[in-house]
Amino acid sequence: MRDLTKLTLSAARDALHKKDISAAELTEAHLRAIDDASELNAYIEVTADKAMDMAVGADKMINAGNAHGMTGIPIGIKDLYCTKGVHSQSSSHILDGFKPEYESTVTSNLWADGAVMLGKTNQDEFAMGSSNENSHYGPVKNPWRADKKNGDLSDKNTVPGGSSGGSAAAVAADTSIAATGTDTGGSIRQPASFTGLVGLKPTYGRCSRWGMIAFASSLDQAGPLTKTVRDAAIMMESMAGYDPKDSTSTNIPVPNYEAALTGDIRGLKVGIPREYRVDGMPNGIETLWSQGIDWLKDAGAEIIDISLPHTKYALPTYYIVAPAECSSNLARYDGVKYGLRVNGDSLDDMYKKTRAAGFGDEVKRRILIGTYVLSAGYYDAYYLKAQRVRTLIANDFKLAYEKCDVILTPTAPSAAFNLGEKVSDPLSMYLNDVFTVPASLAGLPGISVPAGLNSQGLPLGLQLIGQAFGEEQLLAVADVLECAAGFKAKPKKWWGDKS
Amino acid sequence: MSVDKETVAKIANLARIEVSDNELENTMGELNNILDWVEQLSEVNTDGIEAMTSVVAADLPLREDKITDGGYREEVIKNAPLAEHGFFAVPKVIE
Amino acid sequence: MSKLYPGATGNWEAVIGLEVHAQVISESKLFSGSATAFGAEPNTQVSFVCSAQPGMLPVINQECVRQAVRTGLAMGCQINLRSVFDRKNYFYADLPQGYQISQFKDPIVGEGIVNIELEDGSNKDIGVERLHLEQDAGKSMHDQHPTMTYVDLNRSGVALMEIVSKPEMSTPEEAAEYFKKIRSLVRYAGTCDGNMDQGSMRADVNVSVRRPGEELGTRTETKNVNSIRYVMQVVESEIRRQIDVIEDGGRINQETRLFEVATGTTRTMRSKEEAHDYRYFPDPDLLPLEFSQQFVDDLAKDMPELSDAKKKRFISDLHITPYNAGVLVAEKESADYFEALLSATVEKSEKPTSELGSLVSNWVTGDLFGALNKLGIGITSSPVSISHAAELLSLQIDGTISGRIAKEVFENMLESGKSPEIIVEEKGLKQVSDTGEIEAMIDEILANNVDKVEEYRGGKSKLFGFFVGQVMQKTQGKANPQVVNQLLKPKLDD
Ligand SMILES: [Mg+2]
Ligand SMILES: [Zn+2]
Repeated sequence: MRDLTKLTLSAARDALHKKDISAAELTEAHLRAIDDASELNAYIEVTADKAMDMAVGADKMINAGNAHGMTGIPIGIKDLYCTKGVHSQSSSHILDGFKPEYESTVTSNLWADGAVMLGKTNQDEFAMGSSNENSHYGPVKNPWRADKKNGDLSDKNTVPGGSSGGSAAAVAADTSIAATGTDTGGSIRQPASFTGLVGLKPTYGRCSRWGMIAFASSLDQAGPLTKTVRDAAIMMESMAGYDPKDSTSTNIPVPNYEAALTGDIRGLKVGIPREYRVDGMPNGIETLWSQGIDWLKDAGAEIIDISLPHTKYALPTYYIVAPAECSSNLARYDGVKYGLRVNGDSLDDMYKKTRAAGFGDEVKRRILIGTYVLSAGYYDAYYLKAQRVRTLIANDFKLAYEKCDVILTPTAPSAAFNLGEKVSDPLSMYLNDVFTVPASLAGLPGISVPAGLNSQGLPLGLQLIGQAFGEEQLLAVADVLECAAGFKAKPKKWWGDKS
Repeated sequence: MSVDKETVAKIANLARIEVSDNELENTMGELNNILDWVEQLSEVNTDGIEAMTSVVAADLPLREDKITDGGYREEVIKNAPLAEHGFFAVPKVIE
Repeated sequence: MSKLYPGATGNWEAVIGLEVHAQVISESKLFSGSATAFGAEPNTQVSFVCSAQPGMLPVINQECVRQAVRTGLAMGCQINLRSVFDRKNYFYADLPQGYQISQFKDPIVGEGIVNIELEDGSNKDIGVERLHLEQDAGKSMHDQHPTMTYVDLNRSGVALMEIVSKPEMSTPEEAAEYFKKIRSLVRYAGTCDGNMDQGSMRADVNVSVRRPGEELGTRTETKNVNSIRYVMQVVESEIRRQIDVIEDGGRINQETRLFEVATGTTRTMRSKEEAHDYRYFPDPDLLPLEFSQQFVDDLAKDMPELSDAKKKRFISDLHITPYNAGVLVAEKESADYFEALLSATVEKSEKPTSELGSLVSNWVTGDLFGALNKLGIGITSSPVSISHAAELLSLQIDGTISGRIAKEVFENMLESGKSPEIIVEEKGLKQVSDTGEIEAMIDEILANNVDKVEEYRGGKSKLFGFFVGQVMQKTQGKANPQVVNQLLKPKLDD
């Protein structure tokens, strides 16, 4: 019997629709794979019974002729999404025991289309991190390990990237067909690049944020992590849509993204921003980027040099704006309404003890930075300044899009690094997001496409940045890029049952 | 601009996060590293540039004035660490 | 010229500003669809949004926006077509988000002017700095448990208008009149019920003292003062306290204080001792609030008549005394009752409005208010309905009963709740206007009092009243006094 966990979303969909396979057997296969891969620590809660119930429901939908693209597709859900009656803690200790009485809009959309929830995936606490080492539930291990010189697999673990590292590892290890992620400064795209997956962050406002545990409200967006661009298109269509419960959600119809994958990008103008050539970027990435340019040129696109002059300031801007918003968004975790409470002599004492015990180091660091940059006397110099620079960054893109249609860049400045390597150096960790943060600040869609392996056999991604609500065009180019790159590599299995 | 220990303590208090005296030093170092690094924004000329208030160009949606929510106390207090007689309960506050 | 307060070392003057929090009249909350009604069981009017559950987001209620604009229009303020919602960050048990959504730099309503009338009849303009929309917090109950505070979030997220005055008041009376005036304006505009017992309206009172003409002193802010009398007490006691502190060589701390009803004084609020740093910044969950001038103009067109305009109209069109007009418009319900009664009386008596204004206003402010006062109830719970009152006044207008009998009937109405026509019928109180009957009575009285008639004719004209009184006694007050006068005069002067 063929291994159903190797199927892409689109292949599984076709097989389900033709009734070659059932949602129940597809779900069972993935639940077994999850068991087998428990040492990756990708899932922090497996909802096996719920999954089987949903799969049975999905099979009924298919039999009744009501199947959607996502019907019967078993997926992992980042812990950050509130899922009714199920563990939803954004991987934080401070939300201990919290089971929401409501369901996020994005997951509701997925369930309405018949998708199947396998469980909640691990992540950096409150989505703050680029390696998934900041989880209360421990780090996630990347299914990909480097090759040693002799060709053997290293026994060192690498990080899956973050913050959607659990989702990325789950899909890369074939324990779910796809997974939801969230991206604030690169948290979908960077882990996609580290794990050889496609990761799409749509335009800010495309997906509802209602029921997503907030990190930085002006940046957070939901998106899929999938095996292929086509899979991303199918899943995006289900997740996206206007939501009157989110005032920043945009009321424009969701197109048929899959229909946009025409394979024809002739005449399309692809911008190459010169500022993304940063010092110290590994050769492999530089080379891959050049290759990507050639692939698109070969497909008939026109390559145009562009300038995004404020790129260098995007990261420091992000590290003012995001902490500022997080310091306020995380004020609600105070031991009163839900989650952890550590008793104290007074209300304030209870607050301080609860928050000291409940938040991890990185979260505390960002809350403190955010509190500082908003405080009296510093607001203008930091927060206001950063929001002005943010306008300049957004303007850079506006000007660039007068000359080009999409922008091609590397996704991350390196491949997956070793677990523990950067954990004690916050700043070097922050630099991981150098290529993904600018689009986040401008609210633009971005997608990471797996394009090759580095010299150690670790995957590398290329990023395409689109125009606001230009997901169709973005996916079309990504599809061509994916096709040209022909990335078919899979991590060598070192976990679980190795047979 | 860099922060001293006293400022770190003040921020921690504003943020209601207990930071012990021996953690202060280390936290101060970390914060200063980050603050020194973001300091580079001061070299950007932002004269006459509007601060960004929203990345999407849209109007604030307005809701109709109707009662469409609430009325489910059990669900609201269900996750509370301590609730009594339908109230959330916290250590006594003296005004 | 500000009022001066003498101290041991010379005169002082006071500078007073008010921040009035007025709860917006709306069905649902500012950013969530939960109900706003007063008095519900704890935490039953709470949604996941107003209890700040993870991932919940605010969506603004359009009626609250309209109410804020209407209030701004009522105060003659500038309406800002673009405003921004900010987060005011602080921790408190009844503030579930850890921040209050408010408006800081760009409020929905800007400057305006409110005119107050003082007891000596003089007027003063008080500047309004701004009005902004914000969320109310929940309610903490500190006295329900020995070691715990209980939190009810029913109020959490209810829309408030914070109306900030300029520091342009200088006496307790001015502060009280300003507070009253704001209450009257919002109630006339229909934007806040002004119900202070239920916390729909409360004031933060800012007071400082200084030597005449010198720079502003340090101010204190006394929070949540919920009656007009308390506002006066806060101002009085703060002026006194501050003068004493400074004259004793002390300094005023800029602090938050609490009013204590029992002593009528204020004290430092312990829970708010530490300096605040609210870290305001634009709420990233909301976009700026923008609307057109047309939106404002449409609301302006539909604004109800406010108290100042009403008072003017009562005086000029209805010929009501300025005093009565002032009494009637002071409470919206009084003005409403009066206007309804006036039109009912016009309809019943078929007399023109301009002829009845004075009579009806005298009756409402005199007889009715007197009775309600005695009963200790307000006009909305008046035991005399508008139709009964109109009936009563019409009986008087068409001469069926005299003014004196009318008072008697009114007493009876208060007790029995019966209609005045039935009371007059049952008790036979109809006025006697039959000239023959009255003339016979007069003749008899004159015949029985020959000596008095002689005295009258001798020049003691005061005795005229004696003869009228005799007729009234004979008819138990039912004789039409006009008819009595007409008949009596020629007979005596014969
Ligand atoms: Mg105040
Ligand atoms: Zn306020």
